[in-house]
Amino acid sequence: MTKLSRRKLLITGMAATAGAAGLGVAARLAEKYGLVPPDHGGLYGLGETLTYASQRLLTRHSLAREFSKSQISERPLPNEITPLGDEFNRLQAGKFFDWRLTVDGMVDRPGSFSIDQLKSYPSRNQITEVACEEGWSYIAEWHGVPLSHLLSVVGAHPQARYVVYYSIQPDWWESMDMADALHPQTFLTYGMNGDDLPVGNGGPLRMRLPRQLGYKSVKFLTHLTVTDDMKKFGKGLGSASPEGGYAWYAGI
Amino acid sequence: MSTLDSAPAPLAASVPASAPAVSSSTTAVRHSALVRITHWIFSLCFLALLVTGAEIVVSHPRFYWGETGTVLTTPAFKLPIPSSRALVPTGYGYVMPDQNGWSRALHFQSAWMAVLIALLYGIGGFVSGHFRKDLLPQRGDLSWRGFSTAVRHHRLFQRANHEEDDAYNVPQRLTYLIVIFLLFPLVIWTGLAMSPGFVSAFPATVTLLGGRQTARTLHFLISVALLLFLLVHLGMVFVSGFSRRMRAMITGHLKPAKERV
Repeated sequence: MTKLSRRKLLITGMAATAGAAGLGVAARLAEKYGLVPPDHGGLYGLGETLTYASQRLLTRHSLAREFSKSQISERPLPNEITPLGDEFNRLQAGKFFDWRLTVDGMVDRPGSFSIDQLKSYPSRNQITEVACEEGWSYIAEWHGVPLSHLLSVVGAHPQARYVVYYSIQPDWWESMDMADALHPQTFLTYGMNGDDLPVGNGGPLRMRLPRQLGYKSVKFLTHLTVTDDMKKFGKGLGSASPEGGYAWYAGI
Repeated sequence: MSTLDSAPAPLAASVPASAPAVSSSTTAVRHSALVRITHWIFSLCFLALLVTGAEIVVSHPRFYWGETGTVLTTPAFKLPIPSSRALVPTGYGYVMPDQNGWSRALHFQSAWMAVLIALLYGIGGFVSGHFRKDLLPQRGDLSWRGFSTAVRHHRLFQRANHEEDDAYNVPQRLTYLIVIFLLFPLVIWTGLAMSPGFVSAFPATVTLLGGRQTARTLHFLISVALLLFLLVHLGMVFVSGFSRRMRAMITGHLKPAKERV
């Protein structure tokens, strides 16, 4: 046994050294190719990074599943239950005519867009599933304009790395990388199942990211900022979710 | 061990043989280092997965078949427990604290580690012959008589005999094979089928199962089966001599059983 265990020890040592060196190289490559999420630090940073990196390698151009009209859920769950505040009520009373989506940051032409203006851009439909991290899910048809279209309207800079987006609810803000921001199924959503988007489902304007869990599809959208540095926002973890203990990347 | 024993002679000969041979008169190698190390790391991961999985279920203790399901649709079954979300009608007058954030993070980090450790164990198990020698029922063992004898011993709570000190009996082998090669692959599959990112790249992962909610329900049921396995596994360790078996899985050596009075 001892003869063998010495050779085993040598092999194990060599494997460990190669492994450590490999990890170092992998970490540098991951950083270079944007495979490290903003919330990569902390106790669960390793798991978050492994998930984000592997899914980015697998899913950069993949499409979320789309369904047939017959699969649309009869009752799309309106899971918004918190009061939305006076400002929202005022805008709702005006049929959201004065609702504005402001866009700024690394763009040539910062601007402010009404729902009607957004509707004037080429509209797209998708029948996709909203899947909540709690476990429930429903399918609806969503109508909107791809975020990539608005980004080209405002002239987003090519060195941009993230789009940060805010709800009228003060505690809700999220961000996504450019793989998602430029993805054809990422919508600024103003309609559902052939009608205006109901308030209970995020109306008048909701982000839709069907390749991630529901909490990334922020409701009551008011503001977008294009940036190359997530450290400037909040605690620098990418969004309000990691500040509340949830993953920034919700593709799992 | 057989692969190492058959190493080319010159290499083996070049290693000095001065070290004293390990005394094998009192102890026998029961579990290889690979099995022991992967067993304990995997145990930690599995425990974390069970606890965090339960926490996640609490936020929506309702289960559905098919693609979709919400509190507005009829569940296939629900657990009679309160929920951590106010939206879920449970019949209880209160909402449990929300633990989903860290539970999800730990669930996926543990899943990563468990899968990597399982890969190491799987590759090592094939290369070393662990699966073939220790887990695959030996020829002739699969007879009804051998099987029923082992089951009868279990039923009578007879202690493991000396023969079973060095090898698993047939029901044990079959159980381990089912857990390792059926239940764990299934629980990984159904877990991945719930990842919207993963299924965007590999949609068949979820469509073959019949939908996202079916995947979630199966994930839960398989986890219950794995929990039952864990309880029986622990029960058997207690019945067959807890400290002796624990020592064997830590040091690799199984002390000979004391003569029974």
